[in-house]
Amino acid sequence: MNEVLLVIEFHLDSRSGVSPYLQIVQQVRQAMRLGLLHDGDQLPTVKEVVAQLAINPNTVLKAYRELEHEGLASARPGVGTFITGSLGGESLAAHGPLRRALQGWISKARRAGLDDESIEALFQSSFRSDAQEDIA
Amino acid sequence: MIVFGWRQFRSQATVGLAGLVVVAIVLAVTGPHLVNVYDTAVAACKASGGQSSACTNPVTATYKGVQIAVMALVLVVPALIGMFWGAPLIAHELETGTFRLAWTQSVSRRRWLFVKLGLVGLASMVVAGALSLMATWWASPLDKVNQNRFSAGSFALHGFVPAGHAVFAFALAATVGLLMRRTLPAMAVTLAGFIAVRLGVTYWLRPHYMSPVTTTLPLTASNTGFQLNGPMGAPGTASLAAQAPNLPNALVSGSNIVDKAGQSPTSAYLLHKCPEMVSGGPPTGTLKTSNGGLFSGHSAAVQAPANVQNAFNQCITTLSSKYHEVVTYQPASRFWTFQTIETALFVVLALALAGGCAWWVRHRVS
Amino acid sequence: MSAVLSAHGLGKRYGRRWALSECDLDIPAGHVVGLVGPNGAGKTTLLHLAVGLLTPSAGSIDVLGNRPSDNPAQLARVGFVAQDTPTYARLTVDDHLAMGAHMNPGWDADVARRRIEDLDLDPKQKAGTLSGGQRAQLALTLAVAKRPEFLILDEPVASLDPLARREFLQTLMEVVVEQGVSVLLSSHLVADLERVCDYLVVLVSSRVQVAGEVDELLSSHHRLTGPRHDVSSLPSDQHVIEESHTDRQSTLLVRCDGPVLDPSWTVEQLDLEDLVLAYMGQADAGTRRRRPSRDADADADADADAKITKLDVSR
Repeated sequence: MNEVLLVIEFHLDSRSGVSPYLQIVQQVRQAMRLGLLHDGDQLPTVKEVVAQLAINPNTVLKAYRELEHEGLASARPGVGTFITGSLGGESLAAHGPLRRALQGWISKARRAGLDDESIEALFQSSFRSDAQEDIA
Repeated sequence: MIVFGWRQFRSQATVGLAGLVVVAIVLAVTGPHLVNVYDTAVAACKASGGQSSACTNPVTATYKGVQIAVMALVLVVPALIGMFWGAPLIAHELETGTFRLAWTQSVSRRRWLFVKLGLVGLASMVVAGALSLMATWWASPLDKVNQNRFSAGSFALHGFVPAGHAVFAFALAATVGLLMRRTLPAMAVTLAGFIAVRLGVTYWLRPHYMSPVTTTLPLTASNTGFQLNGPMGAPGTASLAAQAPNLPNALVSGSNIVDKAGQSPTSAYLLHKCPEMVSGGPPTGTLKTSNGGLFSGHSAAVQAPANVQNAFNQCITTLSSKYHEVVTYQPASRFWTFQTIETALFVVLALALAGGCAWWVRHRVS
Repeated sequence: MSAVLSAHGLGKRYGRRWALSECDLDIPAGHVVGLVGPNGAGKTTLLHLAVGLLTPSAGSIDVLGNRPSDNPAQLARVGFVAQDTPTYARLTVDDHLAMGAHMNPGWDADVARRRIEDLDLDPKQKAGTLSGGQRAQLALTLAVAKRPEFLILDEPVASLDPLARREFLQTLMEVVVEQGVSVLLSSHLVADLERVCDYLVVLVSSRVQVAGEVDELLSSHHRLTGPRHDVSSLPSDQHVIEESHTDRQSTLLVRCDGPVLDPSWTVEQLDLEDLVLAYMGQADAGTRRRRPSRDADADADADADAKITKLDVSR
């Protein structure tokens, strides 16, 4: 195998119930959010991804097309697929007040006597019911 | 494909070649001495023309071990080539599944088959032919002494006919291997089939490659035997036995005692014409001829008492006016013609088998 | 897109037994196609018909637009790796590559050499001493280096350990990207096919049960759970593949062309394994119905057990 500078490695969780191409999209988004991927970085080629994951090339193509569709990446024919824009650090930084409010709520929940699992469950059910209201 | 066919065959070819080299060395080392012995024996026996057993024995006794070994080799090598080169040729690929690899390359099955058959078939003719020609060269002093190379047991060990036998055995083995799909059973069936064909050709076909020559000889006391079969005291059944004349290097089919119309004398006729032969005296020993092998001797006749001798001589004189000996044979001069005919016969059989393989491979194998 | 393999009423008979019957397929090019089914279903028969090692007893089959045959031009377009990856045990890796070079006009020696180097195979090693995974990779190299348009593999990873299996599929996918070949591979392990295949053919009891793009199959099949229903009351565009009922509850596996509108149903997505299992069960139920009813339950249990062990459920 040639040595290539890979900025990101994907992994597949076959038990997560999320389709493979979506997992790739999510991992790219996550990496961008965490500041691991910047504008202009090249995503691994389709060949590199399938050689590592042993998945169908169409899955990777579908993921990269989805990223293009969301405006997060763009394909340069013959060269590769590159990140455009960012979801990175500054977004998180811009949400500083939100983060502090969340940390405050967590402290309140702990003082009320909830353990970690209950806090997570409370959050998840509120989050989901909120999302369903959006759909309805 | 030719290169790959050779690569597959390489180790077997090496064994064959090594064997040939070993044999060549042994023959080259012992050959000159054998010639020497012969020359010495013949020179010393100029008077008897070098044919009496006192002259021939030294020659036939030299290198007895090598004689047997060489004779055995030339006899079995065609069959061995068939079994070890032919049987696995296709059967092994069918057994191990490698035919699924070979038949999905960009080469048609027929080409694949023809290259394999052609390459190894040619090699088998070369190896068997070289071996038998070397052996024939080496055994020429013995042949001059025994003078029986045309006989049933000797013909196939001389000249180039083993090449024909070998390529036939090879083609037979490959075909059987293709049909049975397994190497070891194919080897056994091939051996049995090969032996059957060789015996059939030797005893039923070969005497008829060309119309045999016949020659007529008068009955004499030295070439005729009077036989009585039956219990002691009773007359029994009488018959005449003929000894074939000494026809060096000829293939004698048989000799019969017949009259001008071609009829053999009946027992009743013989008993009527030669009553003295019935009364008294032990039966005369039958004179036998021996036909076989590289080393043959002549067996001696039994000496009878004088009165029986006289009765016998008279009997023969009486009979010879009506009956004579007719000998059917292929003359020695036809030896190489027969070699060519038989080689061609086996090569044609081999080609027919190869054609059968090609058809089977194309249409039937799954 | 043209069809890479199409079959009409294809059947193959051995004596009185039909190893494959009434097979209709139209597999488009540009896919990695999984052929899945239990042992004895006819997968190997279908693949051998596709490469010309067998001739049909009924119907017809076309590969890349031509009848599969002995013709060198046709043979050059299709690469094949047989079950148990046969190789010449006494010949070396180099010998095998030389064979490929001599017997295939389209042979790409660079591709072959690079693959062997990547695999760290000793060119002088005899094929009989290679591990199962290495032999499978060698066989794949031989099939791939002749640059075929269509690659057919018969259970290539069935006897490989998990690591060798993963490496083989990685290599295979790399080849698909590099050369753009269409692939047809058979397996009785649905888990592996899930990752690499985007088109699926389910073969059970010598018949094609279902065939189609994986995405389309997954979006058109659902598990419906709800109160006890009479199956005949379902809309006509919903076809029941598998059903089971208790007193109060029905669980159905259906294929439907439109959305499920009945609100009493809970509709769930399926994964490929569930889908394949359902079609296998359906085929099995078909054969079981023909047996005498006395021992139906015992037979059904035994069959179900056999199916499950064969399917190597990884979860």
